Amino acid sequence: MRKNRNIMGIIKTKDLTFEYIRRDEDGNVEGITTAVDKVNLDIKQGDFIAILGHNGSGKSTLAKHMNAILNPTEGTVWVDGMDTSDESLTWNIRQTAGMVFQNPDNQIIGQVVEEDVGFGPENMGVPTKEIWERVEESLKAVGMYEYRKYSPNKLSGGQKQRVSIAGVLAMHPKCIVLDEPTAMLDPSGRKEVIRAVRALNDVEGVTVILITHYMEEIIHANRVFVMDEGKIAMEGTPREIFSQVERLKELRLDVPQVTLLAYELKKRGVKLPDGILTIKELADALTDLKCNTDTVKLSNL
Amino acid sequence: MLRDITLGQYYQTESVIHRLDPRVKLAGTLLFIISLFFFRNFIGYLVAALFLAIVIKLSHVPFRFMVRGMKAIVFLLLITVAFNLFLTPGEALISFWKLTITKEGLEMALTMAVRLTLLIIGSSVMTLTTTPNNLTDGMEKGMRPLKVFHVPVHEVAMMMSIALRFIPILLEETDKIMKAQIARGADFESGNLIHRAKALIPLLVPLFISAFRRANDLAMAMEARCYRGGEGRTKMKPLVYQRRDGLAYLCILFYLVTGIGLGRLAL
Repeated sequence: MRKNRNIMGIIKTKDLTFEYIRRDEDGNVEGITTAVDKVNLDIKQGDFIAILGHNGSGKSTLAKHMNAILNPTEGTVWVDGMDTSDESLTWNIRQTAGMVFQNPDNQIIGQVVEEDVGFGPENMGVPTKEIWERVEESLKAVGMYEYRKYSPNKLSGGQKQRVSIAGVLAMHPKCIVLDEPTAMLDPSGRKEVIRAVRALNDVEGVTVILITHYMEEIIHANRVFVMDEGKIAMEGTPREIFSQVERLKELRLDVPQVTLLAYELKKRGVKLPDGILTIKELADALTDLKCNTDTVKLSNL
Repeated sequence: MLRDITLGQYYQTESVIHRLDPRVKLAGTLLFIISLFFFRNFIGYLVAALFLAIVIKLSHVPFRFMVRGMKAIVFLLLITVAFNLFLTPGEALISFWKLTITKEGLEMALTMAVRLTLLIIGSSVMTLTTTPNNLTDGMEKGMRPLKVFHVPVHEVAMMMSIALRFIPILLEETDKIMKAQIARGADFESGNLIHRAKALIPLLVPLFISAFRRANDLAMAMEARCYRGGEGRTKMKPLVYQRRDGLAYLCILFYLVTGIGLGRLAL
């Protein structure tokens, strides 16, 4: 098993299936919902993965398999080579793949920022002196060190989520799974969190698995998976994904405005490259177009 | 309106008393309270008051904050005094209508008043100078011997600190639900007591549901961060006795000896 570690990705799933079983009051099975349906993933160490999907597409259920909160009904999940259904490995798995949840209030345990960040290492039995070092470095990594003595209740949503990320980081995981970390935040909070997550991936080299339904947040990912009805519906780089505007609409996902604008322009005959992701890209493409072709007749549009 | 409630009346300042180990303060308060019931004469109370005054002086907490705690029990204090004053049998001093004040009653009432006042102020010194968090830590470590009797000390302390963390969040939520319901015509202010209590039901139900949901989320988040009870856990801020804590214990001992020694003299 151990030998496989280097060959195998940090997270690998094989035919992962998970069923929610609804029962009536007498315990008889009323219905079965397949939340995750035969998913195969292979995520490499250091990757920045985004998993997209509308509500109820099974993306959060998939995320909960990545640190053994849920166990697969069928199929297998390996985290750093460890099978998540092996109960003796649960704590090692949770240490390897940390998890940040949606609601910032419901995942902060400490009454002071630094104590909350220390909670994970305390549980792992890290010596006191090292806990302090870890807390300091984690808070610095997410840019919350100045707030270490604050009460979490006095922070904004984005700051609370950054504290939660620091809390996971202090456990020195190889991989962080973020389950819609920005769903409850305002736009500026969302930006803060995404910036912190990107820094983790770039600077610290932590594998990031970002689950979201905001398309803007996946631009920086290496690879994107789009989920629909428990299955992986699309897979590719952000550019590849965004070039299929029609397909994304079918999957009930909002395409970022810039991409949509570029797509519509292209449909009307403007020669633009596929899958434009940012305003800058579109502006550059348009100026290039203007320089190259002297006779752009915008009135034709 | 609910946000005005402050819990745990910690007073932030820098002092020797603030820096003391919470275990010292807990033990000290407990011993102080017990000592109050041993005195037989006023000298004991004098010593206790003096000791308390020194502690208050050292704590740098303004005296009016200490007295603030008294407000809540003024009523209780008055009832206690009245009962003792009028209902103690003995040598009559003054009597009017059906009430008689006896010499024993007067003594008893005075003693009770002084005792209760000292008791309340004594315990507010502890809560004013110790953060709730520190207090739970102190209790967890101080009550560790109780583990022998299968008392879940760590779990109780953990529950207390989580409760403290969630009180402001739940208060805010109550406020939100209340406003949402007032906006839709709910009335929490008028009517008699029963009426008002009934009006609280539509407030409590959503509050409970959300509290359960939060509890569920929190449990999952704690497990995701490897929480598995108190076994094998280390502490980020372990409680270690310092020299000043030893000195504080000596002071408490000195107080006990002199206080009880003098307080039990037959005058």
